[in-house]
Amino acid sequence: MMEKGHGCSFSGIVSTSTFSCTIVVVTLILVRILYVILWGPRPFSRRATKPLSTLIVLGSGGHTAEMLNLLVVLQKDRFTPRFYIAAATDNMSLQKAQLLENNLTAKNGTRVPNTAQFMQIYRSREVGQSYVTSIWTTLIAMIHALWLMIKIRPQVILCNGPGTCIPICAIAFLFKVLGIRWSSIFYVESIARVRRLSLSGLLLYKFRMADQLFVQWPQLQRKYPRATYVGRLM
Amino acid sequence: MADRAGDDDKTRRVVFVTVGTTSFDALVKAVDSPTVKQELFTEGYTHLLIQMGRGSYVPTKSEGGSSLAVDYFTFSSSIADHLNSASLVISHAGSGSIFETLRLGKPLIVTVNEDLMDNHQSELAEELADQKHLYCARPQTLHQTVADMDLNSLVPYSPGDATPVTKLINRFLGFPDD
Repeated sequence: MMEKGHGCSFSGIVSTSTFSCTIVVVTLILVRILYVILWGPRPFSRRATKPLSTLIVLGSGGHTAEMLNLLVVLQKDRFTPRFYIAAATDNMSLQKAQLLENNLTAKNGTRVPNTAQFMQIYRSREVGQSYVTSIWTTLIAMIHALWLMIKIRPQVILCNGPGTCIPICAIAFLFKVLGIRWSSIFYVESIARVRRLSLSGLLLYKFRMADQLFVQWPQLQRKYPRATYVGRLM
Repeated sequence: MADRAGDDDKTRRVVFVTVGTTSFDALVKAVDSPTVKQELFTEGYTHLLIQMGRGSYVPTKSEGGSSLAVDYFTFSSSIADHLNSASLVISHAGSGSIFETLRLGKPLIVTVNEDLMDNHQSELAEELADQKHLYCARPQTLHQTVADMDLNSLVPYSPGDATPVTKLINRFLGFPDD
């Protein structure tokens, strides 16, 4: 009886202490998440002097065309090295990015492997795929994205949809919360979105995962006030 | 004969139809319909060239002469050449096709695919139609659009500029403005 009673009170202490531990940990995580959400979107106060490693998520077709238009005018010496990611089912996008990098190399005389790398990722959702089956494919895409993100740990992420960028951005956000890597996430909503954000854009906007979310139509900015209107890229 | 071929080239006015990388049978069917073909012929077009993609509806080829000459193919690596030699482009609502055509300064009718699950594509076409850069149609209203269109009222499209975005990104990260 004695022993049982003793055991009871001991486990009572243990459960109280685990309970309070959990409370503390959860509170700390919540505070950290709030910090990332509130401080993430603030511009850096210090002057950037060194180049930043940059991950560029290429969508497909029209998305890639818009991203390449951005990359053409982006100061490549500041955003280096560059890691390009495209969906495994999309061969065109990486080819186009490679062409852009090759032209750059020809101009500057640097070697592509030093400044740019090209990778493929499983896609979370194909065009026309049902929302139910996309839960599983998203899960697989998440694991693959995690592996790539551990390898790359970029300081800057440039993306413009579609779904391929969501696992990447979610993991980047997690890395920020855990203090693994602070990366600035920039999302440019596609020019095809005039009245409403895409699903990817909406997720990044609602969960405040993007540090800056750019839109290409003024009426879209009026609807989503935290977005920034930047004019047309195409 | 050589003279005749030269004449042919001058009077040749091609309508190029493109569905992009997927399929859009409703559009191919619509342009292949007697009403649309008749309207195009009345407007002075001589040839109809259809890029039909993965679609299952196969249009009927025609030699032309007293009516519109019709030809088709599934895919081609030289879509740009076809766009370049066209006098009128009828395309699906994908942004790639839209901007490629507008950049070449070709008159464009965008046809919205109403069968797509997530039909946001009409947003862009309708906005650009409001700004008079192109005409926007549905497969079943295409003949009406062709009959009513006035290509002289179209406003040329000036390409966008990505420097404002890069400026904001640079400023955010603490890089000095150049």
